[in-house]
Amino acid sequence: MKYLSEYRDARIAKALAHRIRATASRRWVLMEVCGGQTHTIVRQGIDELLGDAVEMIHGPGCPVCVTPLEQIDRAVALASRPDVTFTSFGDMLRVPGSDCDLQQVRARGGTVRVVYSPLDAVELAQRNPDRQVVFFAVGFETTAPANAMAVWRAHQLGVRNFSMLVSHVTVPPAMIALLEAPDNRVQGFLAAGHVCTVMGWDEYEPIAERYHVPIVVTGFEPVDILEGVLLAVTQLEAGEARVENQYVRSVRREGNTAARELVGRVFRLVDRKWRGIGEIPSSGLAIREEYADFDAELRFGVQDIHANESPDCRAGDVLRGQLKPIDCPMFGNVCTPMHPLGAPMVSTEGACAAYFTAGRLRSPVAGGVQ
Amino acid sequence: MTAISVSGAGAVCPTPTIESERVLLGHGSGGKLSAALLRDHILPWFTSPALRELGDAAVVPISGAELALSTDAFVVSPLEFPGGDIGVLAVHGTLNDLAMVGADPRYITVGFVIEEGLPLATLDRIVASMARSAERAGVAIVAGDTKVVERGKADGLFITTTGIGTFDGTFRAAPTGARDGDVVLVSGPVGAHGMTIMSVREGLGFETELISDTAALHPLVRQLRQAVADDVHVMRDPTRGGVASALNEIAAASRVGIELDEQAIPVDPPVFAACEVLGLDPLYVANEGIFLAIVPASVVDSALAALRAHPLGTRSRKIGRVTGANAGTVWVRTAIGGTRVVDMLPGDQLPRIC
Repeated sequence: MKYLSEYRDARIAKALAHRIRATASRRWVLMEVCGGQTHTIVRQGIDELLGDAVEMIHGPGCPVCVTPLEQIDRAVALASRPDVTFTSFGDMLRVPGSDCDLQQVRARGGTVRVVYSPLDAVELAQRNPDRQVVFFAVGFETTAPANAMAVWRAHQLGVRNFSMLVSHVTVPPAMIALLEAPDNRVQGFLAAGHVCTVMGWDEYEPIAERYHVPIVVTGFEPVDILEGVLLAVTQLEAGEARVENQYVRSVRREGNTAARELVGRVFRLVDRKWRGIGEIPSSGLAIREEYADFDAELRFGVQDIHANESPDCRAGDVLRGQLKPIDCPMFGNVCTPMHPLGAPMVSTEGACAAYFTAGRLRSPVAGGVQ
Repeated sequence: MTAISVSGAGAVCPTPTIESERVLLGHGSGGKLSAALLRDHILPWFTSPALRELGDAAVVPISGAELALSTDAFVVSPLEFPGGDIGVLAVHGTLNDLAMVGADPRYITVGFVIEEGLPLATLDRIVASMARSAERAGVAIVAGDTKVVERGKADGLFITTTGIGTFDGTFRAAPTGARDGDVVLVSGPVGAHGMTIMSVREGLGFETELISDTAALHPLVRQLRQAVADDVHVMRDPTRGGVASALNEIAAASRVGIELDEQAIPVDPPVFAACEVLGLDPLYVANEGIFLAIVPASVVDSALAALRAHPLGTRSRKIGRVTGANAGTVWVRTAIGGTRVVDMLPGDQLPRIC
């Protein structure tokens, strides 16, 4: 498949891994921001190739994982209403709320449908004028343009029975929060290629400069990630801290200006809670007042649902890169994809689920049956 | 940016596990939830020794001979799709289950649960295609039943089929037969049926050339058995839950490890592309016209030659091997030389957000 198979080329990947190991004079600590990158790293065994040259810690870039508990509870409340058809991307359905998840709401009689695009939810609303169709808008800057487009389109078409439960978050404030934490270990970042495809990278330049960390905008295939790691390690070895773009086939410095403009028109910046990190100022997106008719929280009065999250699970430490999933005492025994204690065990992009499903027996396998 | 707080205390995530008191859609996925449904709610009550191996079909003694017996229920939306319809699936599915234990399918019975309002023309097309499939496969449909339920109480049409097959000789395949050193073969590219259904299902409008692989496999199985003098340890058609779930079941039943070579697993480009778009792994996608065969290493070449000589098996491949290590586990050696475990999924494979 063009633009895909060449970035999974084993020969190039191994050569890059060799150069990384040859370049690193010590063990560097890098964080890949995006859950899609975590997925590739664990799925393909990239961390095995890096050996002692680089420790990858997995950042908070899984949209399922950072969606706060109270937003799940609000989703459950909306989906339980008899007049609502609740629509969502598939992997939100198994995230446990305080009482139950969306799959269970469906089993109890709620109408919950998986869609592949928010525009499908708008169409569903048009076809079912007697139903209230709510779309669960989660994700980073990557999914924000399509979600903004759905609101804008519903507004243009006058689709009164469509609304959106918004839980959008943005990447740069989270990176700053991680860097300002007293126990921060991150020395360089692989920034999320798809987020930057939308947003460009100018907002990362002050971060690289102020905190003196290299930030490499990186793609999602094995060769992308290894090249991103090599660029970051090369900067670290030279004592540099710049923003570099590995993902040149997709990302321009200014990003996608039309998409940015649309996001800015529909959404505004708000303070937002992140599961595992806490509230980060100006790190979320919410619907602007001009489009408030499409805000499901206001339409159905669920904004007062609040939830306190349990301190038992250490997802927060995992999301902040302080704890490897496999070092968590709950991992694999109390907490599994069948019975997730926390969201990182639910999504395939979540660090815990990635380790559980793909990396669980890595050591004995590698040692046992070469 | 001074007010940012990153609190180490109160690491946050939701309270523990919710055990469901109701059946979830995931209980029908072919993954761990399905296995739990069987283990906790069905098998405690149904205790026949013939059920113990949980093979694709039961092998039962009747009047001094052994017969293979299998039953299957079919629910698919849409009822008609590129490459087939629910009727063809219902015939092939049961024939294939019989073929996987080494039986020759002979007779089928059929039950129709029809929703009020189903166009008779649709029913006619589906029944006609069932008749054609059965005739082509050399089996007779010999009994049946019809029930009609109120509109809204079924999704157009549900079909169940039960099949009976006979054995020639003593060969029986069971999921417990895999041995250290065996080789895993697949008779064709994976994922075609499941991705076809997803591509035509309401709301997923991408234009592709996907066609379901539905096929009756017993002629291909017969060709394989003849070529290797019945030296076949396990056969399995990887339907719901895909190749990954089928191999996990075999690894558990045979108490072996199974290592797959990622690059050897055949996936057609449209299936690969559709999986990439939706963030799905073709190893977990349903198939209806391929099977997995686990054979001793000594017969691999003749087995592959026999499979490839049949029109349904031209793209047969060796995709992995059986080991004594890591019993009960299936893993993949990745293209770049890493490894990853291919576990059974809890429920349905969920498309990713981005």
